[in-house]
Formats: sequence, structure tokens, C-alpha cells
Amino acid sequence: MDQKGFGIIMTQEPILTARGLTKRYGRVTALDNADFDLYPGEILAVIGDNGAGKSSLIKAISGAAVPDEGEIRLEGKPVAFKSPMEAREAGIETVYQNLALSPALSIADNMFLGREIRKPGPLGSWLRMLDRPAMEKRARDKLTELGLMTIQNISQAVETLSGGQRQGVAVARAAAFGSKVVIMDEPTAALGVKESRRVLELILDVKKRGLPIVLISHNMPHVFEVADRIHIHRLGRRLCVVDPKQISMSDAVALMTGAKKPPEDALAA
Amino acid sequence: MSQIQEFEKVLSSSDTSVAAFDEHGKSFVKRAQHFLHSTPAAVPLIVLVLSIIIFGIAIGGRFFSSYTLTLILQQIAIVGILGAAQTLVILTAGIDLSIGVIMVISAVIMGNCAITYGMPTILAVIVGLAAGGACGLLNGLLVAYMKLPPFIVTLGTWNIVMATNFIYSANETIRDADVDAQAPLLHLFAMSFRVGSAVLTAGVIATVVLVGVLWYVLNHTAWGRHVYAVGDDQEAAKLSGIQTKKVLITVYALAGLIAAFAAWVSIGRNGSISPSAAVTDYNLQAITATVIGGISLFGGRGSILGTLFGAMIVGVVSMGLNMLGADPQWKVLLTGVLIIGAVAVDQWIRKVSA
Repeated sequence: MDQKGFGIIMTQEPILTARGLTKRYGRVTALDNADFDLYPGEILAVIGDNGAGKSSLIKAISGAAVPDEGEIRLEGKPVAFKSPMEAREAGIETVYQNLALSPALSIADNMFLGREIRKPGPLGSWLRMLDRPAMEKRARDKLTELGLMTIQNISQAVETLSGGQRQGVAVARAAAFGSKVVIMDEPTAALGVKESRRVLELILDVKKRGLPIVLISHNMPHVFEVADRIHIHRLGRRLCVVDPKQISMSDAVALMTGAKKPPEDALAA
Repeated sequence: MSQIQEFEKVLSSSDTSVAAFDEHGKSFVKRAQHFLHSTPAAVPLIVLVLSIIIFGIAIGGRFFSSYTLTLILQQIAIVGILGAAQTLVILTAGIDLSIGVIMVISAVIMGNCAITYGMPTILAVIVGLAAGGACGLLNGLLVAYMKLPPFIVTLGTWNIVMATNFIYSANETIRDADVDAQAPLLHLFAMSFRVGSAVLTAGVIATVVLVGVLWYVLNHTAWGRHVYAVGDDQEAAKLSGIQTKKVLITVYALAGLIAAFAAWVSIGRNGSISPSAAVTDYNLQAITATVIGGISLFGGRGSILGTLFGAMIVGVVSMGLNMLGADPQWKVLLTGVLIIGAVAVDQWIRKVSA
């Protein structure tokens, strides 16, 4: 990896790229010719002021919204997701800010929501019976793997868990099924100090498994702690990509809010 | 692990016992709340057993006779089936005001097809079931794609179906004797079995089997879990990759189909087929059974077994008061109390926290 000053030039091929994404909601342009690059094995933080279009960018990548223009490529191949389901099938998992969990369902049921395992044989194909033991075992394995087995009962309802535990379930779900990319939207926003620490460790754990992560966050200390590169979004497009080791938090905030112009070489990143 | 930040250094010395539960310290009430939270059919079952005991003591052995108890089951069969249909819809946080009249129009269509048009009875039944399913499908499409509130959609279809029923049938009743003579299959669910003094009709057995099948589907298939997830939080369900529109459409269509099945059972129970049954409040009775059965009107919570118990509670109360010779209005009054009590209990159980 060759790094110089602000702009970072990666020698590898990016795993996920977007070029010229545009999304309009009525007369509001949420995405204005935005670009995006994610490289294998990295944590890319996406920061930007409110209304900069971060959410729209993430929605376009995760299939929750269809961009009006532009192209998204996953491992070099163009993709066009029409629903979160299609993005998931392609290997892109998203942990949404509201977690997208069903409170009344159990942890295991939640982890497998939308991709349940059915029993083998006629029980599964004819009676469509769920293979609860298999689902619970895989859910338990995944939670243990991520050091989350403080949860005693895998069949307890998600609504009986604390905020941090719920976040853990959502992250474990993404890590269990994400084969190519994991996107996390404000994973620490609603958490206490201790729980945030656990989630940051989880993020690094997921990275260690070789999965690249897109992290959207308002929390600068968290971003600077775990991110390998920071994508700064401003006015609906990518302003620049910076290296957290080469820039201060206040500079990042200055760039994000427009108080400072990015140097020439960062624009092309 | 990750680089710990300055302000977090103190964490290592902080109290680590926050997440520990003290099971023994929990009051009985708290534990009861937890139990009821995880076993939603328990409340209606307890109420059902209590009401049987209370009326048993008040009336004496007469009430406990298997004849009386099975008679109650016969009386609640139709409301039980309609309640099962209503349960599916209410679990998705919706409501279906039209299933009562869907049942009536389906019965009229079955009768007309078999007797007036002289179709083979089995074909007439299929046409009736299809008509009920189609009405439900219309509800589902309007709720899922037009995104209209279920209350409004089904209030509309309730009126539309009721009017269609009267226009189509010219309010002519098909007589019991004609059904018996030309289409005895329509009376299939009137078939009864005697076990001692207990009388079970095919309609009662069908009700129990239907609820059993739906219980299995709701708890042990992906579709069933999706019904709960959609009712719990539709947005979250969608982001989890559930095709929420498909779930809603199938739920309303299935509710319509079950209502048409209730039509077949009702022909067995009533003998004749009367379009004016559309003015009977089957629908509110079904909603009452569902609510007393502990199905949350806010969606996503409750067990369909509760609905069956809820219907039985209403049956036991009305039979018990009947046998005591009470004014029938007492039954209405008590039903009202049960409804409010059930919803209050539901709210209390919802407040459960870890």
C-alpha cells in the first residue's frame, strides 16, 4: 500500500466500487454524482454532516434504495440491487441503525429471518418445518465466536436483551451471512461507553475474519480508532478520502463541514 | 484488542456485575409476568379453566356433563374458525372487518352453485372457497400495494361484500330440506359422533384441527415467523429481507379462504343458507374471541391457541349464564369486561423487561 499525505492510493483492486451515483427525492438531490471505493480487508469509515447524503449512499449500496444514475460494481462485476434481499444474496450484509430486529422473536429466529433453515427430508420440503436445533446451534456458535455468549438462552425474545446485546445479535447476524462486505450504520450511536467498546472490538473481530467493513458513524474517536481510511462525504458526493493516521480529528471535521478545502491530491483518491 | 481510548481506561476497574440477574430476588409478580410473556396462551387458558370452575360450582353437576361441555364446543365452532382467520390478520397489526360477510357470501355462493345452478357439490364448495379467497386477496392487495390502513380497506370491503351478497342472492334463503336433498355434502360438518353423552360434530373437529394446523404453521415455518415479524415491526422485517407485501397479501387471502371454510361449516350448523345472516355480528364475535385470547391488537404477539380458548371462554360464559337463567344482557356485559381485562393484561405483559 502506497500512502502519501492526504490522498491514499491503493494498489489492490477494490471489492466494491460506485461511480457517478445520483439519487433525487423530488427536488432534493441526495446523491450528486457520488463515487465510492472499498478495498478488501479494510475498515472504511464514511463520515459527513447531517444531510450530506451518507444514508442515501449506504442505501444505494445495500439495496435499500435504487439510484437514479450511476454504476455499482462488486468484485468488478456490475450489480443493480432492487432490494436489500438482492444485496444480501450478493454477499453484502447491513447492520441498520434501528438494527432491523423483530423484538418479539427469539435470537435464533432473528438471526435467520428471511433465510431460515428447513428440516431435511419431507418434514422440510412438504411440511416446511424449520430446523430449530440447527438454527439455534449456528446462532449460538456465531455468538460464541464473537464472544457474545453472555446471552444464556438463545430462544429468548430479543426484546428482553439490553441495547448492547441487541447490537451484538445484529452484528453477529451480519458477520454470519456477509460473505463479501459488511455495512454498519451508526453501530455505537445508542450505546453506553462499555457497550460501545464491545461493539468496536466486534468490528475489529469481523475485520480479522477478512471481511471489509463500511462504518458510518458520527463518533470521531470511534472512527479514528478503527478505520483504515475515511471517506468524507459532503453535499451529496465524495469530497476526499483521508488516512486517519495522517490527519487530525479537527481537520476531518473541518473538511466535513466545509471549513477547510481538501488539498488537490486528495480529490482523486 | 482495540486501542483503548484515554477516557475508557477506567473501565477495567469498573463494576462488572451489571448484567447479573438475581433470579431469587425477583418477586412472584415479576416471574409471573415473564412466564406470561413467553407463554401468551396461558392467560386465556387460566381464565377458561376458572370460568368453567366458577360456573360448575354455581350450577352444579349439570354444567360438568360432557353433553353441556361439547354443546359449548358446537356453539363456538364458527366463531373459532373466524377467530383463527382474524388472528392471522391481527398478528400483522391489521384488522379484518370483512371476514364475517365473506363467510356469508361464500355460503350463499356454495348454495346457489350446488342447488340453483345444479353444479356438482364438490365443485360448488371449491367455487365458494375461491370466492372467499378472492375477497381476502382484494383486501390484501389494497393493504399491501395501495398502503391503505387495514381498518379502512376492510370497512369498505365489508360494505361492498354485504351489498353484493344481498343483490346477488335477492335475499332468498335456500331451505334446509333442499340442501339435504340436492347437496348433502354441504351438510358434511353437521355430521356428529356420540361418545357417551358427549356429542362431537365434524365442525368442532374441523375447528380444532384448523387451529392446530395454523399453530404449527405460525410457529414452525418461515412464513409463520414472517407473519409475526411483519406485525412486530414492518420496517425492520423489510430490511431483514422479508417480502412484507407478499406476507400481507397471503395473510389476507388466507383469512378470506378460512372465512369461506367457516361458511361450509356454518351451512352444516344452520342447515339452511340465509343471506340475511350478513347482519349477524360474526365479525365482532371473532374479534372478541381473538382479543380475549390474548392476541395483541398492535401485532406480532399472541398465540393462536389463545384465540380458541378465547372463543371457548365466551361460549362457557354464555352457556353458564343461560343455565343460570340470567338476562342475556349479562353475557354482553361480561364480554365487555373480559375484552377490557384482556387488553389491560396484554399491555402489562408488554412492559416486561430483562
